[in-house]
Amino acid sequence: MQHRIPVETLGKEGEVMAHAIEACVHCGFCLPTCPTYVVLQEEMDSPRGRIFLMKEVLEGNLPLEEALPYLDRCLACQACVTACPSGVPYGELIAAFRLHTEEKRHRYPLERAFRLALLRTLPHPERFRPLAALGVGLKPLLKPLPLPKALRAPLELLPERLPKEAPYPEVYPAKGERKARVGLLLGCAQRVLRPSINEATLRVLQENGVEVVLLREQACCGALNLHAGDKEGARALARQNLKAFREVEYVVTNAAGCGSGMKEYPLLFLGEPEEEEARRLAAKVKDLTVILEALGFTPPPPPPRPLRVAYHDACHLAHAQGVREAPRRLLKAAGVEVLEPKEWELCCGSAGTYNLFQPEIAAALGQRKAANLKATGAELVVTGNIGCLTQIQAHLDLPVLHTAELLALLYAGKDPLLETLA
Amino acid sequence: MGFLEELRALFPPGRLLTKEAELAPYESDALTAYRKRPLAVVLPQRKEEVVEAVRLCHRHGVPFVARGSGTSLSGGSLPVEGGLVIALNRMNRILRLDPKARIAVVEPGVVNLEVSRAAAPYGLYYAPDPSSQPISTIGGNVAFNSGGAHCLKYGMTANHVLGLEVVTPEGEVVRLGGEGLEGVGPDLHGFFVGTEGLLGVALEVTLRLLPKPEAYHTLLAAYGSLEAAGETVSRILRQGLLPGAIEIMDRLAIEAAEAAVKAGYPRAEALLIVELEGPREEVAEEARVLEALIRESGAQEVRVARDEAERQAIWKGRKAAFSAVGRLSPDYIVQDGVVPRSRLAEALREIGRLSQAYGLRVANVFHAGDGNLHPLVLYDGKKPGELERAEALAGEILRLCIQLGGSLTGEHGIGVEKKAYMPEMFAKEDLEAMERVKRALDPKGLANRGKVLPEVAHGRG
Repeated sequence: MQHRIPVETLGKEGEVMAHAIEACVHCGFCLPTCPTYVVLQEEMDSPRGRIFLMKEVLEGNLPLEEALPYLDRCLACQACVTACPSGVPYGELIAAFRLHTEEKRHRYPLERAFRLALLRTLPHPERFRPLAALGVGLKPLLKPLPLPKALRAPLELLPERLPKEAPYPEVYPAKGERKARVGLLLGCAQRVLRPSINEATLRVLQENGVEVVLLREQACCGALNLHAGDKEGARALARQNLKAFREVEYVVTNAAGCGSGMKEYPLLFLGEPEEEEARRLAAKVKDLTVILEALGFTPPPPPPRPLRVAYHDACHLAHAQGVREAPRRLLKAAGVEVLEPKEWELCCGSAGTYNLFQPEIAAALGQRKAANLKATGAELVVTGNIGCLTQIQAHLDLPVLHTAELLALLYAGKDPLLETLA
Repeated sequence: MGFLEELRALFPPGRLLTKEAELAPYESDALTAYRKRPLAVVLPQRKEEVVEAVRLCHRHGVPFVARGSGTSLSGGSLPVEGGLVIALNRMNRILRLDPKARIAVVEPGVVNLEVSRAAAPYGLYYAPDPSSQPISTIGGNVAFNSGGAHCLKYGMTANHVLGLEVVTPEGEVVRLGGEGLEGVGPDLHGFFVGTEGLLGVALEVTLRLLPKPEAYHTLLAAYGSLEAAGETVSRILRQGLLPGAIEIMDRLAIEAAEAAVKAGYPRAEALLIVELEGPREEVAEEARVLEALIRESGAQEVRVARDEAERQAIWKGRKAAFSAVGRLSPDYIVQDGVVPRSRLAEALREIGRLSQAYGLRVANVFHAGDGNLHPLVLYDGKKPGELERAEALAGEILRLCIQLGGSLTGEHGIGVEKKAYMPEMFAKEDLEAMERVKRALDPKGLANRGKVLPEVAHGRG
């Protein structure tokens, strides 16, 4: 598509955005996979419509504030990237646009405060944990009250009780012959809401001959801040990780959003001194399922009785990282029957903090996803992302596990259905 | 009351779009070289709302365009400046699907592929398969009489529409056709299909469903030249075979499609895709004939899809090819000319020569079986004069098609893009007859104003 974006004045981010807009041919192949388009059926809430809007803003034809309602509704799920035949890097476009415009936009004081509180709390487990504990404690009291939606949405996503996170030793030795030594990104909210995912990941890696080092200096990946346009917050966290993971061969991630977030570091440091190092780190980042396959998977003993599992593709694995087959192959190798839901490409509505800021659309997508998963006839749902897991669980009456959790149960010789009922 | 006030009374906020940011994304369809800002966009949810909107336009003399997914490659759903866009996307219900009668009654905003999805549990499908089938709507398919790869065997949209409910530009609601193949009275639904929104808006469409073929045999053959691939097409048809589809892609199109979907195409100057389909035994027999023929045709490499996944990959690549060309060039014009099958090789040679002469790359991906060419003229709109040069080249290709005894469009329609060439295709009397039909149904010239009919015929020239 032709444009008149003043690339010269917008710097490196401008080049990224202009390139993406230029690559769009407006064919519409993105429409049926865009969650907001599917729900709202209007052009402004489609990838191609948003590209048009971003172009108009960057060209100076449209005030930013007018375009924002539609751009804010984008989940950045990148389903459109998978669908796009002409190779528009939409993920980079929307991320760069948000970084570029955050300072220019108006926010109401309350919104600003809520957003800032979230961005300064969630990425730091030591800050988020006491707050989450408070929320869990107050949940039964607050639930019947007519809360503003900014409070209701996060409350509903909190579990009934907060699990304890045991302290981690620094090194987890490989079982048997050591195939690799990797760093594991522990994540942020995941450590508070569901530490069992990291515990399971460590177990699965060990079972597969992988030694894991838990580098103390690591931080949250910063994806939350990056996608909210908080460039400095994201950079501070990313710098910590650039340093922490400098020496390891691979960085294993077990949350789709963190993996793709770290792969976006080069975008975050575009034109900065850290850009090269960011590229090197991004190349080392591997999802758990990808590294297991690459190193040769040692399957656990098959489940004690046949198990029908629906696999949910987390957007930041399937669309942002192109990982769809690896988790399926692992599950099949583990002797599990893998069922495919309809509309696999459609986001569940979690999308980082999306379900906090756009609860109505998120709920519509969550219900739709839950219905599609249920319709497979599965006994259990498996996915590779804490956000999806929490969101789907809120709408579905089947147990939802992380891929690592299911595999760890099987390595332990346990019956996943009995364990999840308990 | 003014037009907008009356619209506001009909459509709640959120379904009447008038702000800059709401209108901008509706400015273009898939032909972004043309842009027009409408006065407003409405999002009706029931057919009564469409009828009311059309009547309002008629009363106030405001031009309107019905819009589906905006995938037109001829600017067919380009808004009329200052006019109303009636976006039918929320009218996307399949109202009735009768597997015994093998029909589906659908709203115009239903996406083509959704019809086949809904029919699949009954072993049925909707045959016309434009490459945009995962996106384009039945309403748009009806307006443009859309084709697709498999129209070689099954015909175009017109061959699959049994009946229509239509609102005319004056706001009258009429039913055309019925539910069976044997129509009573004049074939007015057939007449309506392909009129590109000039005669009104479809409110309900009754579609014919077909039983899914029992077996497929999908073959890829790589050739050293486009002509060699084209020659094989003639031989296949001379042999008496009627495949479901025969497609050709040239080197540029193969590269682009491969980059987009990794279909596993062989690298070659030209790629021929032939798909046989029907009862299992018949397909097996035809496959033997086809394979012997291909073996003798000088193909460099031949592959047959071993399973449904491989077959889907082949088609995915082919159907993504247009958009995938966006990887090769920031801008392009897709042409849609038709030539008699016997003159395919000649046309391709001439297109190659024109491409050289104009210094612009042309990618070819087309429905070879029915002579429907899709040359994609690649250009860079940022370079001064390049769009004009591309348009001139595209125009020469269209003239070439007409000279060879073909036509301006096989399936994409005239829209805004090709209307200037209408007088080269049709005699003055023909155009005047079209104009009289238009005027009889739309005396104010409101429905999709400025499309298809050249200004001369509009009586304004």
